[in-house]
Amino acid sequence: MDLNLLKRESEFAWHIEPQGKMRVPGVIYASESLIKEMDHKVYEQVSNVAALPGIVDASYAMPDAHWGYGFPIGGVAAFDAERGGIVSAGGVGFDISCGVRTLHTGLKREDIEAVKKPLADALFHKIPAGVGSTGRIRLEREEMDEMLSGGAAWAVQHGFGQREDLERIEEHGSMRGARPEEVSDHAKKRQRDQMGTLGSGNHYLEVQQVTEIYDAEAAAAFNLTAGDIVVSIHCGSRGLGHQLGTEFLKRMAINASEYGIELPDRELACAPIDSPVGRSYLGAMRAAINCALANRQIITHLAREAFSKVLPQARLSLLYDVSHNTCKVEEHAVNGRPTRLFVHRKGATRAFGPGHADLPEALRKIGQPVLIGGSMGTASYILVGTKQGEALPFSSSCHGAGRAMSRHQAKRKWQGRKLVDDLAGSGILIRSRSMRGVAEEAPGAYKDVSAVVDVADHAGLSRKVARLKPLVCVKG
Amino acid sequence: MGIRGFGNSRNEAFEQAAVAMTAVITDPQTVDATKEIEISCEAPDDELLLVDWLNALVYEMATRKMLFSRFEVDGTGKRLHAQVWGETVNSDKHQPAVEVKGATYTTLHVGPHTDGTWVAQCVVDV
Repeated sequence: MDLNLLKRESEFAWHIEPQGKMRVPGVIYASESLIKEMDHKVYEQVSNVAALPGIVDASYAMPDAHWGYGFPIGGVAAFDAERGGIVSAGGVGFDISCGVRTLHTGLKREDIEAVKKPLADALFHKIPAGVGSTGRIRLEREEMDEMLSGGAAWAVQHGFGQREDLERIEEHGSMRGARPEEVSDHAKKRQRDQMGTLGSGNHYLEVQQVTEIYDAEAAAAFNLTAGDIVVSIHCGSRGLGHQLGTEFLKRMAINASEYGIELPDRELACAPIDSPVGRSYLGAMRAAINCALANRQIITHLAREAFSKVLPQARLSLLYDVSHNTCKVEEHAVNGRPTRLFVHRKGATRAFGPGHADLPEALRKIGQPVLIGGSMGTASYILVGTKQGEALPFSSSCHGAGRAMSRHQAKRKWQGRKLVDDLAGSGILIRSRSMRGVAEEAPGAYKDVSAVVDVADHAGLSRKVARLKPLVCVKG
Repeated sequence: MGIRGFGNSRNEAFEQAAVAMTAVITDPQTVDATKEIEISCEAPDDELLLVDWLNALVYEMATRKMLFSRFEVDGTGKRLHAQVWGETVNSDKHQPAVEVKGATYTTLHVGPHTDGTWVAQCVVDV
């Protein structure tokens, strides 16, 4: 991105002054080197989002921002229904409520070293992953609707996990306002046998070791110490979310002119929050959030089963579960006044600071865990939401490393089998059904997650707590 | 990921865009054209029709657990009717790298070049 297009407001905040149809400024959080690497399309997309009706404050991009459809991935934008605000399917993304869940295991590195291989095999055997994989649960109409209303709470009621898991999930495991009747038969059919599956692409389940602690107080509150073994799961709402994204993108594109919305590009398709299409999307999208929460809950149960076979002393309990593709109703200060906003986070993590009422009691004093996934050979990070972040982009932070290279380029540059062997040589066991998939997910095809997380920390979006190194990775 | 199909007509460009989408997932040459299905779509214009066509294929791949390698598209104006051939996905044989979540309106374009050949393109989310 051309630095001359931006006004540097602080070391890590770059402004796009309102011009043309922009209603508010654009703000990109990044270091100078991340800005230089960032695609020019991010500049265009941040500017386009700033032109949408009812946008409040600014159109934001996180340090891991890259070119998405309509909204950038790593984009955050909030809309006020009382000022004609909109809701956008492209502002949430196709994989609705894709997110990360991290689990404690109660184990240390030395406990797993001797059984790493059978553990990797057991997890790979237990957890369906990759294209065309199906779960062992098949949901017919009535049960599907119950799942879409109940989320992770539905999964726990059906024997997948424990009640105490729910406290450690955003929305306490069950998104209110879900309307399963707004989810099409096509979307339900696509999901029928996909519960408890990882999916493909950048989705994974990893066994990780805590290698560094940056913030002792937050780490203690999160019950993390160096050497601990944790499990992280990255996946979303599977076929149901993808189908809803597809259908509502079309409905919103076709109906936009009816609502008097002038779209600079069809990919910015949106509808007024208070319109039939807007309300229908919100009800369906919330049902898809529940689908993702139930999916991660079932995978948690499968991971517990795999661990119990290899390491019966393991106790898998939730640290937290975050979703990074959502639109949620939240109250934020706008010009000093608390205002109800529809906050779109597309490839961005909610990062509530200390004292927020939506946090479980055990975490309320310290703030929300912000779980950042890296690429398979590098590192993941745990951060914590801050008070300072509340005055920044609606308590939001980054979500991952972000791609630096296309899948096509990666496939030409790396060989899957060699990558698996090289990573095994450095102590990281990869399990995948597709060697081409591994090549496309090569660590070198991603940005440096450490640089992204450092900016999130320095800019005050969230504070670094711990670094995690992968030991076993089941690739989607 | 961007896909682009070229052809002597709109329908041929649509067929080639479908081959390109399969190539995002796997090598189309590994997919045997043994099972046939039919797809029909309707949309207000050629560009929305391309997205609908690709999304109909995504839906059939997801629900039938199939991959497709041969496509014959018919129809004019707002309508399209197609016969497509493929087989059930086999992870050992096809080594599918990713599943396509859906076709998007990003870089969406359908139209003829000055030499009369057609292009049909968009970004698919993976």
